[in-house]
Amino acid sequence: MNFDIGYMIEIIPELLKYIPITLYMAIVSMIIAIIVGGILAVILVNRVPVILQLAKVYISFFRGTPALVQLLLIYFGLPQLIPTFNSIGAETAAIIAFSLNTSAYLAEIFRAGLVSVDEGQTEAAATVGMTYGQTLRGIVLPQAVRNAIPATGNTFIGLLKNTSLAFTIGVTELLAQGKLIASATLNFFEAYLAVGLIYWALTALYSRLQTWYEKKINLPYER
Amino acid sequence: MIKVSHLKKSFQQTEVLKDISFNVENGEVVAIIGPSGSGKSTLLRCLNYLENPDGGQLEIGEVVLDTKKATRSQINNIRKQTSMIFQHYNLFKNKTALENVTHSLVVTKKMKKEVAAEIGRDLLKKVGLLDKADSYPVKLSGGQQQRVGIARALAVDPHAILFDEPTSSLDPEWVGEVLRVISGIAEGRKTMIIVTHEMNFAREIADKVIFMADGYIVEQGKPEEIFDYPTNERTKKFLQDYQKQVGDFQTNGSPSVREVMK
Repeated sequence: MNFDIGYMIEIIPELLKYIPITLYMAIVSMIIAIIVGGILAVILVNRVPVILQLAKVYISFFRGTPALVQLLLIYFGLPQLIPTFNSIGAETAAIIAFSLNTSAYLAEIFRAGLVSVDEGQTEAAATVGMTYGQTLRGIVLPQAVRNAIPATGNTFIGLLKNTSLAFTIGVTELLAQGKLIASATLNFFEAYLAVGLIYWALTALYSRLQTWYEKKINLPYER
Repeated sequence: MIKVSHLKKSFQQTEVLKDISFNVENGEVVAIIGPSGSGKSTLLRCLNYLENPDGGQLEIGEVVLDTKKATRSQINNIRKQTSMIFQHYNLFKNKTALENVTHSLVVTKKMKKEVAAEIGRDLLKKVGLLDKADSYPVKLSGGQQQRVGIARALAVDPHAILFDEPTSSLDPEWVGEVLRVISGIAEGRKTMIIVTHEMNFAREIADKVIFMADGYIVEQGKPEEIFDYPTNERTKKFLQDYQKQVGDFQTNGSPSVREVMK
């Protein structure tokens, strides 16, 4: 067996430098995806004609095709159709692709969150004179968010790991750096294991954060 | 004053309300009774547009509207004339008991939180739940939730209060406390329409009883008239069946109701 644990520990600090770019892509994509997914969910729940069909096609496409295909399509394909996209950076292209992809998953999660709030509460709000907007903000959304948090967290973890796909279009993030180190020294196992462990640590850290938050927002609902 | 004229409502092919007309005077308490599926709840839900009526005129308080050509703002206005107590309470689960009562005041009437809280505490006191002000609905019993629901409905100080089977989903042990609170409100001469299966309660609290069957008002009158001298066959049959199941409503009601009347 040929496994140099000392070497692996040695390269970890070098890899840690690339956490910011990985997190940057994941967090920015997540924020955009939450906004787009939220809008899509409201369209799905209210069944706005025409827009509803468009939303469904959008969701179906971005859930039904591989994230890597979407990434390549946006980075290499779009400039061919729309020349302005020629000047777009690899990082930006990656963020666009991840945002669109993630928003499709979030749309369904948010839709389920919204409909999980029983209609009786919406009716009660109407009978005390609240408008749809006031009801959404004060009553439905806070409960929908709580119901959607676990699945949204899973999606974020998926997104965090998916950012590694960005190395295929030349973004130097965590995996790309690992690959670089690996091919320079031929210590493939050490390098990729180190990369894997860092992703693992990131997702574990995030999971703890989410557990803490879930506990906090669940307080009103505990008997 | 509530005036309902020729109200109609269908769900797909089923005509639930066929031609409903009745009046409720200011301060009057009206009980609507009748077999399940007779349209009682739908009637109530048409008054505040939780269901859109298909035809007829509505007049509640200041607002008069023709249901065939009601505008959005007319509908909003007529909704503001009433508030409702639901069979399943429908409390806001993300709000404390106090916030359930005050939330509408803060967001719709732009009341200051402290001012609303003062009103809210008064109302919770009225329904005997001041000590539960900071409890979330999940921690309250059915009877307590329903009493918070009543306080929430009172908070907006409506022209009339609509009760949609307020005790039907309560465990028997909680029925009494809720009926007692409703009796208390009735004594304050609030205009109320109550859909109920509690006949003794209806008889005791109502100024007028409306008997509905198959989407029509079959009979209406003073409680003694309806319960002691019903003229319509449907009414007679319904009350006889009820007596067989629950006991004689004239002499010995269900325990919870007897307790209220003490």
